[in-house]
Amino acid sequence: MKSAVVVFPASNCDRDAAVALQRATGKAPRMLWHAETDVPDDLDLIVLPGGFSFGDYLRCGAMAAHSPIMRDIVRRARAGTPVLGICNGFQILCETGLLPGVLMRNASLRFVCKPVALRVEETQSLFTRRFKRGEEIKIPVAHGDGNYFADEETLDRIEGEGRVALRYAPGANPNGAARDIAGILSENRRILGLMPHPERAADAELGLTDGSKMFASILEALP
Amino acid sequence: MTVPMVSLETALAHGLSADEYAKIEDLLGRTPNVTELGIFSVMWSEHCSYKSSRIWLKTLPTEGPRVIQGPGENAGVVDIGDGEAVVFKMESHNHPSFIEPYQGAATGVGGIMRDVFTMGARPVAMANALRFGAPDHPKTRHLVAGVVAGIGGYGNCMGVPTVAGEVNFDPAYNGNILVNAMCVGIANTDRIFLSEAKGVGNPVVYVGSKTGRDGIHGATMASAEFDEASEEKRPTVQVGDPFTEKLLLEACLELMQSDAIIAIQDMGAAGLTSSSAEMASKGGLGIELDLDHVPQRETHMTAYEMMLSESQERMLVVLKPGREKQAKKIFDKWGIDFAVIGRTTDTGRMVVRHQGRIEADLPVSALADAAPVYERPYVERKPPAPLGEIEPPADLKATLKRMVARPDLASRRWIWEQYDYSVMADTVQAPGGDAAVVRVHGRRKGLAITTDVTPRYCRADPYEGGKQAVAEAWRNLSAVGALPLAFTDNLNFGNPQKPEIMGEFVGCVKGLGDAGRALDFPVVSGNCSLYNETNGAGILPTPAIGGVGLLRDVARMATVAFKRADEVIVLLGETHGHLGQSIFLRDELGRSDGPPPPVDLEAEKRNGDFVRGLVADGHVRTVHDCSDGGLILALAEMAMAGGLGCRIETPAGIASHAFLYGEDQARYVVCMTADRMTALVAAAREAGVPTTRLGLVEGDHIRVNGEDWGSVAELRDAHEAWLPDLMAHP
Repeated sequence: MKSAVVVFPASNCDRDAAVALQRATGKAPRMLWHAETDVPDDLDLIVLPGGFSFGDYLRCGAMAAHSPIMRDIVRRARAGTPVLGICNGFQILCETGLLPGVLMRNASLRFVCKPVALRVEETQSLFTRRFKRGEEIKIPVAHGDGNYFADEETLDRIEGEGRVALRYAPGANPNGAARDIAGILSENRRILGLMPHPERAADAELGLTDGSKMFASILEALP
Repeated sequence: MTVPMVSLETALAHGLSADEYAKIEDLLGRTPNVTELGIFSVMWSEHCSYKSSRIWLKTLPTEGPRVIQGPGENAGVVDIGDGEAVVFKMESHNHPSFIEPYQGAATGVGGIMRDVFTMGARPVAMANALRFGAPDHPKTRHLVAGVVAGIGGYGNCMGVPTVAGEVNFDPAYNGNILVNAMCVGIANTDRIFLSEAKGVGNPVVYVGSKTGRDGIHGATMASAEFDEASEEKRPTVQVGDPFTEKLLLEACLELMQSDAIIAIQDMGAAGLTSSSAEMASKGGLGIELDLDHVPQRETHMTAYEMMLSESQERMLVVLKPGREKQAKKIFDKWGIDFAVIGRTTDTGRMVVRHQGRIEADLPVSALADAAPVYERPYVERKPPAPLGEIEPPADLKATLKRMVARPDLASRRWIWEQYDYSVMADTVQAPGGDAAVVRVHGRRKGLAITTDVTPRYCRADPYEGGKQAVAEAWRNLSAVGALPLAFTDNLNFGNPQKPEIMGEFVGCVKGLGDAGRALDFPVVSGNCSLYNETNGAGILPTPAIGGVGLLRDVARMATVAFKRADEVIVLLGETHGHLGQSIFLRDELGRSDGPPPPVDLEAEKRNGDFVRGLVADGHVRTVHDCSDGGLILALAEMAMAGGLGCRIETPAGIASHAFLYGEDQARYVVCMTADRMTALVAAAREAGVPTTRLGLVEGDHIRVNGEDWGSVAELRDAHEAWLPDLMAHP
């Protein structure tokens, strides 16, 4: 599998994502600088990592969505190249319109960093195929703006289409997200945006390993 | 534009004394102009010159076999093997944080990070030591919320995990909170960068944010007492821009891969003035600056304003000649301003030009080396009288549930969950234990990090309190299994011109030094924050210690949580039941008297070395040191962390309340399987370490001498609720 991690100014989980990908696939991903205009043709997966691209000074992800590289990424994503957006990457995906909805400020108005319990809602995706439907897993969150919001019609639609991949377990919603949504899939199910950080839960020494199943799923689907 | 005439009044308004002003006129042989006076005022401020503390700081132990760089540079550097070094320092941002908590704390974090990456290190962990006023003081919640959000806001954006810290509440900090931030980085030993300029005619380069009028006189503000009018100084608090700092970090580290840099220095307190003067002074050179080339955020800035601005996220670099283009390319890529603003000279003078005029022409040595040094008079504090017999409260078993929820003992989760402590994916021990541990990226080894000081001990007996602060930091590192390497100190005190305060300072520094020497634990960097007073009322003496230790293999690491039922609980170290200055005495019995617990440094060393060996050999995985709240608090914390209870007996011959709540030093609680017990006791006896078998990990309650002291769940509820409840209060 050939993968790439995009580095925006003030991305800060780019290395963590690269380490987790290398651990899972045995191959180091390419690092793509946001100012590049073309994505290599042979990529099986593009990762938009966590961080504070452009300092989150406008809306989170709004500036990064207009970085030069995003034009080609959006084009390729629409054509079916798988994209994983983690935390700030999820925010960027929403800002590009590749995923519906928006991530608002946490309901507590405070940044929150902690492991959270999640329920895997959909296993029909290349990101979640190794999980069991309904399985409860634990992955850390670390964000100030993870409060997923979309209008009721959109929420009904993505629920109806089985695109809510991950939900915070009952009582574990850390940010006030609508319908406890933690991660959603695109219509073609080849784009996943999620607030939790699977790359921080893929190493037994860090205490949590459920994230490694996500990378194993990806590797299985995109050998 | 008219240039104001300089007089004694101008000098006094700049915080200089009449004697100091006379010395300046003497050194120059003329009256300085206002820009020159401004430059002197910041260079000779307490904050920059350490004029009251210098002679005492010189007495501290700063050397050791692993020390690569001790105090005097931007940060200390210690060898951790494999061609790698840990680079760390702690620094205060007390006054700005009181005036504007979010920005004050945020820029404190940004400033200390620059100190570390200036040296060529990538920051890998942040820690802090915070002191707030009484919980019910009308300002406390506002300050806690702002400081915590500011630390998180900056550190989280930088992508550096904030992993350790400590917080106390005491009315002595009502008008003067303490915000001490520590940064720990890792560098290659062959790529350590220093601030000593070398060579004549080399380009002096400004990189980073543009200069504005923010923070002018920050160093002077940090060198004066507070009063009601201080809040009018809000405009002198800088505004942080972590986005720019993240880019500056990446750009600097990228440039440091090359050999283009001769010297580099961050622009911290006193900005362009101190960075240029320090680089020239260390190299025995002169420096010329042309302010027309300084990137500016505002129009019509004067030389005075530019030289004194404390705008954040800026660095000064001396490059090898001809390397400007190569360096500029890197900063262009990261979108960071890059400007050649001067060159090194052999004149020994700092010459500042602006719009074709010479605005300052000063001997560098006068600024850096001729700063006054004061041997302030001090009085030593008489140690408090012994406490005598303390009667136990009527219902001892009811005290624990209250104690776990006391302001100084309750859970800090509400704070550290606002810090990204897991970014960089190397945090192998998260906040909440004795020390945090971050793995050295790609290696088996790890760094243990802790901050500590017990100000109430330091007030009662500055010397013993100083010893205790270092001993406890050392103990925290040993408790996770790490070899303590070195520490950084942040000495927060009141007005040094008062002999009583100076006495606190001297006593604490003597204690720090003796403990550092006894424990082979040198100090490699630090910061003094004096004049922490509001309306004449000083803070508690607070020499905050930031300790760093090395774990050979993070798989051999101890945590505080009880792990398995039926493990035997053993106390290492001696217990006399010392209740003087204990939290139990203060919070349960309403008394703040008696001497603090004495620190037997030989016992500390013996017991700590023994515990470290147990962890390294894989015999124990559960260790907690005894500190605030004594043994029973340590046990309660172990129970709450592990979700398991315990059953213990207190020994005969000592009152239960003193045994359980006494704050005797040099003690650790360890757990092990029963079959290891005999061997442990034998080994401890051989090492001269006293052992007391306390009982067993068992059930989900804490039982003492057959009595139920509460369920782990209810204790945890009380422990976790205090801070969120305080902060949620309308």
